[in-house]
Amino acid sequence: MSTSAIDVRGLRKAFGDLQVLDDLSLHVERGEFVSILGPSGCGKSTILSVLNGTEPADSGELLLDGEPLNRMQSPFAWMPQHDVLFPWRTVEQNVALGGEVAGGLSKREALAQARALLPTFGLDEFGATRPYQLSGGMRQRAAFARTVAQGRDILLLDEPFGALDALTRTELQLWLEQIWGRERWTVVLITHDVREAVLLSDRVYVLGPRATGITLELEIPLPRPRSLELLGNADAAALERELLQALHAGRTA
Amino acid sequence: MRRTLRIVLPPLLVVGLLGVVWEVYARVGNLGDELLPPLSRVLSAGWDDRASLWASTQPTLREVLLGFAVSMVFAFAISILLDASGLARRSVMPVLIGSQTIPLVVLAPLVVIWFGFGLTPKILLVALVTFFPIVVGLLDGYASSERDAVTLLRTMGASWPTVFRLVRLPSALPGFFTGLRIAITYAVVAAIFAEYAGAETGLGVYIQGADNSFRTDLVLAAVLVTAVLTLALYAATFIVQRLTIPWYTDARKVNQ
Repeated sequence: MSTSAIDVRGLRKAFGDLQVLDDLSLHVERGEFVSILGPSGCGKSTILSVLNGTEPADSGELLLDGEPLNRMQSPFAWMPQHDVLFPWRTVEQNVALGGEVAGGLSKREALAQARALLPTFGLDEFGATRPYQLSGGMRQRAAFARTVAQGRDILLLDEPFGALDALTRTELQLWLEQIWGRERWTVVLITHDVREAVLLSDRVYVLGPRATGITLELEIPLPRPRSLELLGNADAAALERELLQALHAGRTA
Repeated sequence: MRRTLRIVLPPLLVVGLLGVVWEVYARVGNLGDELLPPLSRVLSAGWDDRASLWASTQPTLREVLLGFAVSMVFAFAISILLDASGLARRSVMPVLIGSQTIPLVVLAPLVVIWFGFGLTPKILLVALVTFFPIVVGLLDGYASSERDAVTLLRTMGASWPTVFRLVRLPSALPGFFTGLRIAITYAVVAAIFAEYAGAETGLGVYIQGADNSFRTDLVLAAVLVTAVLTLALYAATFIVQRLTIPWYTDARKVNQ
């Protein structure tokens, strides 16, 4: 039996009297793209905060490759919803932050690594520009590159496209699908967008409202690379419907 | 060029208008040169005495700049300490605020008694007066750091000094310049006060001397020099800001 990259068992977390996560268990395999889908306020972002170490869990186990997680060497690269690119740094310097701080590289090495990453993120010509000169989509790609530059095994993406306009969002979702097909990172994506979950994921967890836990676990066996056309076919539509129903069932329960 | 004109012209017009009012009032009222000489006489008297006026301006400017340097070093040091520790902030802030309530009139002679007639009391007084707005500006700036940015660096395993260097300090620089601008308007006055209390050279000494010999025109000429000096220093902060944090002004322009 192989061990999962991440194995979360019986996770509990409360903020004061408010129980946010109650006995939550999930797992993510290496090279797998897993989405956690849920309504706002269901605690999905809290899962990432517990994983990345910003919030301590009240109880529960966190296993990494079958071993208890060692906080000193976090395997997680977290990407917040807003790009938080630093205006005083150029795009490449922002990306280099990942290698500089998390990767322990020297400034020069981190910058070289950042420059090497830029083409993958469609930013090859924008290394020397400042974040405020970029469009929202490009900023998000730069933030993405900074996450990857951390050189960590598992990416934790907290609604990375949530703040974008619909058109840019779709564009970036397709872009991520394409680049993930090449890079095969292990990804945990937090989202409330059903279509996004179907397009990108290997597997989706649906989280019910506050502390009701996981209401559905669904494989997305659609072939890759995926496209907008694929989302139109009957299989994809059925998956979307199933996820949507699970989301709404949880709300009326 | 047009932009410069748009910035410079309106205040020049206001100043010119005030000058005309002064001139007319002094001449029509015929108040006498000792009470209120007309502006034209102040300007010509100042021009005639320009060598001595300039010689007095230099030490004052030196005191202001040195006082500022000392003030900034302390402001940065203290602000880092206060940002690092909530306990330090709660316990030291009241003392800092209290230090601002001591009137300059009281403090200036005391500092001269303690440190003599040299440069030290002037630097101290300028530093004391300018230090507080800079600290407040910095603290406010640190607090304006984006929370997610700090969290992000934390998840990358950054220590507090790294977070401070990479996020909190750069975030604080716009606030620092705001504090600096408030401080700079007090600085020249503080230096003159210190000179008044006891000095060998400087604008304060010049004013005192002119006052004692009933040369109101020269007193007012020195006051004009003081105003110009403060304005120049104020403008200089914008230039330095532009050079140190160009991203700040640019980002604001784009976001407008």
